[in-house]
Amino acid sequence: MTEAPLLRTEALVKRFGDLTVLDGIDLAVQPGERIAILGSSGSGKSTLLRCLNFMELPTAGRVHFHGAPVGTAGSRGEVRYRERDLADLRRRIGMVFQQFNLFPHMTALENVMEGPRTVLGQPRAAAEAAARAELARVGLADRGDAYPARLSGGQQQRVAIARALAMQPEVLLFDEPTSSLDPELVGEVLRVIRALAEEGRTMLLVTHELGFAYHFATRVLFLHDGRILEDGPPERILKTPREERLQQFLARFTEFGF
Amino acid sequence: MYQPDFTDILLNVDLLARGAWITIALWAIAFAFGLAVGLGLGLVRSSGNRWLSLPAAAYVEVFRNTPVLVQLVWFYYAFPVLTGWQMSGFTAAALGLALNTSAYCAEIYRGGIASIARGQWEAGRALGMGWARLMRRIILPQAVRRMIPAFTNRGIELGKMTAIASVIAVHELMYEARLLSSQTFRPLEVFTVIAVIYFIVIYPGTLLSYRIEARMARRS
Ligand SMILES: Nc1ncnc2c1ncn2[C@@H]1O[C@H](COP(=O)(O)OP(=O)(O)O)[C@@H](O)[C@H]1O
Ligand SMILES: [Mg+2]
Repeated sequence: MTEAPLLRTEALVKRFGDLTVLDGIDLAVQPGERIAILGSSGSGKSTLLRCLNFMELPTAGRVHFHGAPVGTAGSRGEVRYRERDLADLRRRIGMVFQQFNLFPHMTALENVMEGPRTVLGQPRAAAEAAARAELARVGLADRGDAYPARLSGGQQQRVAIARALAMQPEVLLFDEPTSSLDPELVGEVLRVIRALAEEGRTMLLVTHELGFAYHFATRVLFLHDGRILEDGPPERILKTPREERLQQFLARFTEFGF
Repeated sequence: MYQPDFTDILLNVDLLARGAWITIALWAIAFAFGLAVGLGLGLVRSSGNRWLSLPAAAYVEVFRNTPVLVQLVWFYYAFPVLTGWQMSGFTAAALGLALNTSAYCAEIYRGGIASIARGQWEAGRALGMGWARLMRRIILPQAVRRMIPAFTNRGIELGKMTAIASVIAVHELMYEARLLSSQTFRPLEVFTVIAVIYFIVIYPGTLLSYRIEARMARRS
């Protein structure tokens, strides 16, 4: 018997008013998979990630975590979610944002300790030791006392990754983690993410770094208008795209290439 | 040419000292209470719960859109008719000023909370924080820093507002001044001295606000 998917969506639909942003997403994420999500701006990539950890509630469809559906279905098929359950779920799913979103009133170390201390209730000494280890992992062992405003964008994003890791998440969601960085700072963040990949972590990564996606991912998705148009190994998706939309999307990246 | 004469004031300096003391007590009680109740109201208004938010909004608007003089007089003269309980002038004044201040503070809290970027909420929620913990650990510590100038302004306004309590026979500074002035027929001396005392009591608050603002400007 195969292991249950860590995360699975079933006919996932998300609408904002009249705008359908996700239009029936069926996706199973197996443990250890690294999925790169590609798509033009507005295709629903962020919304898909945000539905997986319930930062947004799906309009219809279901999300399963370790084989169990999240929320309880009512008599007319509507699904009700309890905020408590969703908060518990989010503890187990790490998220890294395009804008870092570090807590500016806390040092780097305090940022990383905050979740383990207040959400998981770990004792201070244990949380601090673990936080220092996570900062060391992202190469910032010596910047623990710095406030975010004193850190470069690349350093801030690495602290944000350490903050997510400190919760010992079972899956990590990255939403364009390098898109708001100066080009010379992109590398340091991608190297950290690559190191996480080598540990065999389960990750979903929205990115426009095609080269990184090619080497990093075990699987690539192409999203268009809220649907998954292509889904397969990086080699096939990026080298021999079938869908015209994907071909056009990829062509934009090579247009000014050399 | 009028010859100022401060003898009567000097003879009654204990009266003025007692008045100043009551002014300060009124000020401190109303401010502490206003900050605390204002926090509750501001949180309710930020919670997004319509059933709680609406009454809180009504409370805020009532206190902000009626004269504080009318509010004090109401608690002193009208409230007893309604409840049969006559509170002292001091209690009525403290209550009126505190509630009035809480309404203004509620708006300061609400504005401060609303000024915190969405990303801060998202980062907290993504860690699995609930609303209360997020508010306490992430949002309020940042918001309160931004609110400090508004709070100090409010405190200074309140210090001056305490003079109104004299109309409901609270023996604070202004009341003693009016008494002294009518007894001595020396309004020029009495009210000049009183103005100076108010200045001495309130100006340190203003100085403090300048210092806090300068420190915050340096930090950011
Ligand atoms: N909270 C929201 N309210 C209304 N519309 C939204 C909201 N979030 C996203 N959208 C809309 O949904 C569409 C997809 O957004 P998003 O998932 O952020 O796309 P992507 O990340 O692929 O650029 C966009 O048109 C965006 O404007
Ligand atoms: Mg996006």
